[in-house]
Amino acid sequence: MAAICPVCSLEGLPGERFCEECGTPLGATLCASCGAGAVDADGYCGRCGVRQPTGRDHAEIELTAGAVRVAGVSDRGLRHSHNEDAMALTVTAVPAGPYAAVPAGTGDPVAGPAGWQGGRDAFPPPAAGGTPGGAGHAVVGVVCDGVSTSPRPEEASQTAADTAAAVLAERLAAGADAVAATYQAVAAAAGAVAGLADSLFDAPACTLVSAVVDPRHVTVGWVGDSRAYWLSGPGSALLTQDDAGPGHVLTAWLGADAGEVVPHVRSFAPEGPGVVLVCSDGLWNYYPDPLALAQAVPDAAADPLAAARTLVELALQAGGRDNITVLVIPFTGRR
Amino acid sequence: MTEQAQFTIRVDQNKYLPVGGSEVHAIVTVEATGPLETVAQHAQAAEVIIIDTSTSMATERIGEARKAAMAAIDTLRDGVHFAIIAGTTKATMVYPSRKEMATMNAETRQAAKNAVSGLIADGGTAIGTWLRLAADLFDPYQGAVRHAILLTDGHNQHESAAQLDAALAYCQGKFVCDCRGVGTGWEVAELRKIASTLLGTVQDIPDAKDLEADFRAMAQQAMGKAVADVALRIWTPQTAKIRFVKQVSPTLEDLTGRRVDSGPQSGDYPTGAWGREVREYHVCIEVTPGGIGQEMRAGWVKLVQPDTGMQLAAGNILATWTDDPAQSTRINPRVAHYTGQAELASLIQEGLQAHREHDFATATARLGRARRLAEESGNEATAKLLDRVLDYDRATGTVRLKPHIDRASEIALDVGSVRTVRTRRDPDQG
Ligand SMILES: [Zn+2]
Ligand SMILES: [Zn+2]
Repeated sequence: MAAICPVCSLEGLPGERFCEECGTPLGATLCASCGAGAVDADGYCGRCGVRQPTGRDHAEIELTAGAVRVAGVSDRGLRHSHNEDAMALTVTAVPAGPYAAVPAGTGDPVAGPAGWQGGRDAFPPPAAGGTPGGAGHAVVGVVCDGVSTSPRPEEASQTAADTAAAVLAERLAAGADAVAATYQAVAAAAGAVAGLADSLFDAPACTLVSAVVDPRHVTVGWVGDSRAYWLSGPGSALLTQDDAGPGHVLTAWLGADAGEVVPHVRSFAPEGPGVVLVCSDGLWNYYPDPLALAQAVPDAAADPLAAARTLVELALQAGGRDNITVLVIPFTGRR
Repeated sequence: MTEQAQFTIRVDQNKYLPVGGSEVHAIVTVEATGPLETVAQHAQAAEVIIIDTSTSMATERIGEARKAAMAAIDTLRDGVHFAIIAGTTKATMVYPSRKEMATMNAETRQAAKNAVSGLIADGGTAIGTWLRLAADLFDPYQGAVRHAILLTDGHNQHESAAQLDAALAYCQGKFVCDCRGVGTGWEVAELRKIASTLLGTVQDIPDAKDLEADFRAMAQQAMGKAVADVALRIWTPQTAKIRFVKQVSPTLEDLTGRRVDSGPQSGDYPTGAWGREVREYHVCIEVTPGGIGQEMRAGWVKLVQPDTGMQLAAGNILATWTDDPAQSTRINPRVAHYTGQAELASLIQEGLQAHREHDFATATARLGRARRLAEESGNEATAKLLDRVLDYDRATGTVRLKPHIDRASEIALDVGSVRTVRTRRDPDQG
């Protein structure tokens, strides 16, 4: 069937893929704004110029880890033209222990849940040998938020999330301790983001928060102001402490201009079931309180995707000023 | 051949517009890089030198013009197609004698110089006729770097303005022409129109003794051109309008009216031939406002060779709507700088016009503001030219026109008013 060119209205011959007159692809994706079938490879409409929604504008992931499901949702929000957040979620089989015993929190005091181990001063990572863990699955979740004032922030966040998740999965599968693996993953992500810079004055930058949920432990690592929460009824708590000064000014980030990146890493062995929530400030700016978050998604453990969608929707309804990314990872105890 | 000229396009703008905002501004920097000297050496080139031999040249000027033409001939490399024209009320072939180009070698070089040495000044001035002959000589050399030098010392008195316009329309796109006015008897506006239509430059040469060096430099520059007939191609959304396209560096030149449609939503703005150089353009596009958070490609700027359809470089001019005034009110420093340089040029033009009409109050006000703006924007060359026509007291900021403004200073200021400086503290200029 002959196609009509959406740009110049010339009628093409059957089988033609491009307009003879203006080169517009025929039968291409329809523009979400004006309906022309003229969207080019860069995502711009050849008639009205409007940039088309991309995969990152709204993305959802759902995976199974043993008997439980884990999920993530990332959304552009209502005020930004690009989604500069990135997320990564993977499940990896882990051999039986050893899971390192981390010296009890000598770092910044944090109102974490019972059983907190470690802290900023866990650096350098502890040597192997510690409390034994069981074989099973570990879930790796990473959220990165591109720094808007840096160049190509969406590239920084994607690179950091992909790199950190890959290193974590690889190290955990090889039997590494989750705290040590987190240090290695953040270092690798920091190196990869620094490598994106053309110069110190052209340095893409982002935050990073990671969570490793294995059969016995929850281990979080972070640089910047993206957060992890433990949601478990009245025992809900914020697991991270923002690297931010007054007025939400970031005091640590990944990027060539960041200097040496020293992540915070903390680990605990929960005494009962709960949900690890990993998110960017697009959510917590509206819902900072752990209890309120837990109450908003009481069935998060049963349906993590629905919970992630609900939290993103709440942030959108509250104004959606920033990109919103939410990972929901249930902890059931043994898997 | 694997050696090629390379081009880059960089777009500087603040893409954020307030809700309902529709005017998008961007500075587009086009830079030619790569092994340009090598490419230029192998490029086909054609050069025509046009010497005014009207009676007014019959002073030391004709002698200096002969020397200048010989210097240019010496500068053209072997293999270049060339011709010399003498201009009076008609156009006469000086070398070769038939209406065709010669090819440069030791023999033709000497013969051409011999022919030039016999030039005498006797006749009127009909520049359109000279240009038409040059256009016909260039005709067989499509695809070559086609460049002419036009030297005159007077205005176009033996042709009507309509005749000159018709000749320019005939010549447009056929060659690039750099124009030189020697002495003070020529019209800046007239030469500017010729140079502007033929994508060349205008320069005043008050002292004929400086012609030789200038001609040599022009011929050298012509020999450095590696790519002929390049155009800026701008695509815009269907409902958008291009408000203007201006070259803003190294000189100001409004290209808006030069558009030749090249597709349903795109037009070409010819830029002539390129050697190793950087040129900057200010593009202003009016778009239909989008919703908050929406991003639009307001303009897709490409550097193309329209003859072959080859694309040399491309860049995006974007628009994004925001309700955050901190984002939408930020002014891009390059856009601000070149807006200021354009204002500086118009102030000088208006001031000179007022001076010609003996409206000295307006002339003082305009030129005074120009003087301050030249200083603020770091355009020292223009500040110097302004100081030839006015006294400026830096301490009090007061300005007084000089009681007698000589013609040479007026011409120099008029010619120089379109020269801009690049942004100060621009890290790229390093
Ligand atoms: Zn078409
Ligand atoms: Zn469209």
